[in-house]
Amino acid sequence: MSAQPIAVNKAREADARIKRRPRGSGGLFRLVHRGVALAVFIGLWQLACQAKLHLLINFGNVPGPIAVAGAFIGFVQSPDAARHIGSSLIRIFSGFAVGAILAVPIGIWVARSRAVEDTLLTPLEILRPIPAVAWIPLSILMFTTAEQSMIYICFIGAFYPILLSTIHGVKGIDRRLLNAAQSLGAGRWEIFWEVILPGAFPSIVTGLSIGMGTCWFSLITAEMMAGQFGIGYLTWESYTLQNYPQIVVGMVLIGLLGMLSSLLIKKLGSMLMPWTRRGGSTV
Amino acid sequence: MNSSTFPRGAIRIRNGNLSFGADATGTDVLQNISLDVLPGEFVAILGPSGCGKSTLLGAIAGFARLTRGEIFVDLKLVQKPDADRGIVFQDHNLFPWKTVISNVEFGMKMRGVIKAERRAIAKEILARIGLSEFWRHYPCELSGGMQQRVNLARVLVNQPEVLLMDEPFGALDAQTRLQMQEMLLGLWGEYRMTVVFVTHDVDEAIFLSDRVLIMSKRPGRITAEIPVSLGRPRTLELSTSPDFQRVKRECLEYVRPDSNRSAAAQNMERTSVGILGKEILESLDLSHS
Repeated sequence: MSAQPIAVNKAREADARIKRRPRGSGGLFRLVHRGVALAVFIGLWQLACQAKLHLLINFGNVPGPIAVAGAFIGFVQSPDAARHIGSSLIRIFSGFAVGAILAVPIGIWVARSRAVEDTLLTPLEILRPIPAVAWIPLSILMFTTAEQSMIYICFIGAFYPILLSTIHGVKGIDRRLLNAAQSLGAGRWEIFWEVILPGAFPSIVTGLSIGMGTCWFSLITAEMMAGQFGIGYLTWESYTLQNYPQIVVGMVLIGLLGMLSSLLIKKLGSMLMPWTRRGGSTV
Repeated sequence: MNSSTFPRGAIRIRNGNLSFGADATGTDVLQNISLDVLPGEFVAILGPSGCGKSTLLGAIAGFARLTRGEIFVDLKLVQKPDADRGIVFQDHNLFPWKTVISNVEFGMKMRGVIKAERRAIAKEILARIGLSEFWRHYPCELSGGMQQRVNLARVLVNQPEVLLMDEPFGALDAQTRLQMQEMLLGLWGEYRMTVVFVTHDVDEAIFLSDRVLIMSKRPGRITAEIPVSLGRPRTLELSTSPDFQRVKRECLEYVRPDSNRSAAAQNMERTSVGILGKEILESLDLSHS
């Protein structure tokens, strides 16, 4: 073993280009910026309601942020709050879980096998443009309970974004990585675990995050039409009971819970993908 | 390193043809390739871009099947990729989701070597290529040259009989490229595997190899074989020596137009072989063509 031919210069190594994302004091400033922007937005809303502005939108009928905050506190303290939020969350996570459990394997399968692609993709593509809302009447007939039909609507909402992102992710894996793995002795199963799954993972996480958004979207419409309890039901019920501030409470809850659940997925995803965090290329 | 007493890694190709598409209408990518590489030999394949040299390498690796003819490595018919034949591409080789050390361990993991053992072996080879401190980094945090070193380590740790290299240093800057060439020769001296090195850089082909095979543009055929009888170990000074220049001149003669001068001239504009061969082209009288 002669070590002579290593023309590796340690000094040159030290200044080797290590790519890192520059992280300066900009973070705090941007956080303040965002906070101020939100405050200004809420302030303008309050002003418009107090002045009963009527410019295309009739702010006279829109509850202002102070009234909404009052209704929010009232709602949170009411005994039904947990029931409403709980029912929605259960539906969301059931529908989303079924969607993810089906869409990820089917997506991988479709992307990896031409026969499966030819069998499944055409019917799936025909069903895809049908919005979840259009499924509501049939889903009520298809299932015995309203609960099941609402979970089904959530599932429809979550399924397609996850499916398409998974297919896209698997097909986008660099041929050279698959070849390199084969030449390093990997068999079919190992290539699946070691290359295809991690290679498609960033795209799958993106799909899960988008799917979570569409899942909420579908749930709310389903609850408005068929629900008993749930945030969508609450929002619509408040309208029929002319409890206008509570309409906005429902809307804000949908926004917050939707955002938090998407954020949760992104966080979990980036925890499982350290390689996208450190290198500077973020998903 | 190799415990086997027989020299291994002999490659034999007989009348290899490869065409894409249906037989009748398909375009030939490789035409009538016959080739023998000795165990432990370093062979460079030199040819313009798109001449099929990468396809030939892929066929030896087992990714693509020849339409006609067969490839044998140590008298075994090549039918699918195997860890006996390691391959290094120009870029996007490493698994971005694995750390440097996990990339290096990959082959051993596939063979079922236990974690503690493979980690120790991987650390040893990382030290050998001067990247010990970077073992926990992800590939995207390394420079192109460092990535290719990790890649070499990942392949060599498998102790392949044949190392296939597809323009491995093509994306590197000139200085890093020279370093990598010297390092490769050092590793080859240690491991003594057969190397088939595809490049379009005449200097690189001569500097590294025992023999330069020249491929024509598509359909790819081997048009010449030039032995490089320069001593080893080779150092950078060699590339300015008269002997080196003599071999280079010989290579450039074959790189120049074979049958149709204008077609070749067109080709030269596109390829870097052409850029290097420009002096030859200029010495030919092309004004009447």
